[in-house]
Amino acid sequence: MYKKSLSYPHLVWMTLFVVAPMIIILIYAFTTGSDDGQVYFTLENFVKFFDKTNVKSFFNSIWVSFISVAVCFLLGYPAAYILADKDRRRTMAGKKPTGLLMLFIMPMWMNVMLKLYSWLAILNPGGLLHSFTSMLGLPDIDIMNTYTAVVLGTVYDYIPFMILPIYSVLIKIDTSVIEAAQDLGANPLKVFLKVVLPLSLPGIVSGFTMVFLPALTAFYIVDFFGGGQFMLIGNVIERYFSNELGRNIGSSISIILMLFAFLSMYLMRFFNKSNRQMSKF
Amino acid sequence: MKKNIFKSILENTYLFLIFLFLYLPIVILMIFSFNSEKSVTRWQGFSFKWYIEMLSNDSLLEAFANTISIGVIAAVVSCIIGTAAAIGIQGYKSQRVKGMINAVTNLPMVSSELVMGISLMMLFVSVNIPRGYFTMLISHITFCIPYVIVSVLPKLMQLDTGLYEAALDLGAKPLYAFRKVIIPEIRPGIVNGLLISFTLSLDDFVISNFTSGHGVQNLSMFIYTGRTGPNPMYNALSTVMFVLVAVLLFVINSRSSKKSGEPISFFG
Repeated sequence: MYKKSLSYPHLVWMTLFVVAPMIIILIYAFTTGSDDGQVYFTLENFVKFFDKTNVKSFFNSIWVSFISVAVCFLLGYPAAYILADKDRRRTMAGKKPTGLLMLFIMPMWMNVMLKLYSWLAILNPGGLLHSFTSMLGLPDIDIMNTYTAVVLGTVYDYIPFMILPIYSVLIKIDTSVIEAAQDLGANPLKVFLKVVLPLSLPGIVSGFTMVFLPALTAFYIVDFFGGGQFMLIGNVIERYFSNELGRNIGSSISIILMLFAFLSMYLMRFFNKSNRQMSKF
Repeated sequence: MKKNIFKSILENTYLFLIFLFLYLPIVILMIFSFNSEKSVTRWQGFSFKWYIEMLSNDSLLEAFANTISIGVIAAVVSCIIGTAAAIGIQGYKSQRVKGMINAVTNLPMVSSELVMGISLMMLFVSVNIPRGYFTMLISHITFCIPYVIVSVLPKLMQLDTGLYEAALDLGAKPLYAFRKVIIPEIRPGIVNGLLISFTLSLDDFVISNFTSGHGVQNLSMFIYTGRTGPNPMYNALSTVMFVLVAVLLFVINSRSSKKSGEPISFFG
């Protein structure tokens, strides 16, 4: 009943619109056009990437994404923990889970632009944050067009993608393991550090991947909150592609970025696997 | 006991603060979509003014029409291709071939949207296809197909192939058996794929931005262009989109939580 031919349209489609475009990017990255219409092989596009401003925005992006991931984790882990704890207790008592998880899933599906737009009325000069601080007699907080605003936007956009994987790992933890640790005399902190945290590591790792990599290239967040004051790597790529002459360099940066993404994914998976093997003992 | 109460108050407060962080900006945005004046920070009275203005904005209406039609077509096409693919992939015996197909299928899901959008744009540029509605539609179908496959595959795994063979033994033609036995079994997966695709398409900004060229916009792109200053009309638009996605999500969720029982019939 499983006829191979049923998969042919899909394979043709993927070849045309996923594989071929990737190959085209590769070709662009390694070539340069000249005045006589000929195309030459070159590595010059990769050399141009190591231009001071490009490298700076690359490291800035990594830094901003890293801070965003860290904030997502610090805010998100306790939330996932509390929620999983509540739901687990309810299921053990034979009741339905709280359903609060839905409230975390919902923002994942909300339109990104809508989410970012909603912060404008708060952050803009003379916005709600301004009214709020002046009402309390506090000094004005103006973070618009700073890295702080970009981090805030990124955290707001991606925090559900950190909470969800952690929650789904925490909810599966066998409570008898925790009880065993308690019975053997571990205090709550020790139970958390030695049992719960290591067991939730796979969730943390996938949360990091799901936030860090997309955040790296989310150029529109910078467009919203950076006010053109600085560029992150996503903006650099976008800028190169808006100009016909920049396509070769843009392609080479995309390739570097892709390699970076695959490398970090591979590292995280490796990390996850070795951890899983360790937890067997 | 006292310690437990304290702990539970602390926990609930924390959750409440996180929810506040997640929802307060959206709630504020929705409230000010009903403001009677242009301000998005001072409440001046209730009105539907911005909703009316939204309905008389031609480029917004066009963006809305684009978004919905691309969403519907992309969802249906990717559902057909994706479901067929999910069934077809089961037919490959070699694990290596299967692995390769899976790798290509997963590529759109794991590679960054930016790279996806750029590479598709470069494809259209290289073969001289002018970018517009059509190229945007193709791109949306491309990123939806993998999600359909991912939601149909688990249903196929649960499928008892004996049922199909029984139908054949009882004299059903293969196509008839397929329609009457296989499709009903995997239908929940197909419908979920359809809804997920529609939602993803509705939501997309990055890939649309690169593949649509000038002149053709979807709603996300429309909001993006309105980022320069708060304008209650965008609040009204955002409110409509929020409600739309919330309803869709509610439908998807109530379907998947209702594990047994006959799901809503979309086909035949």
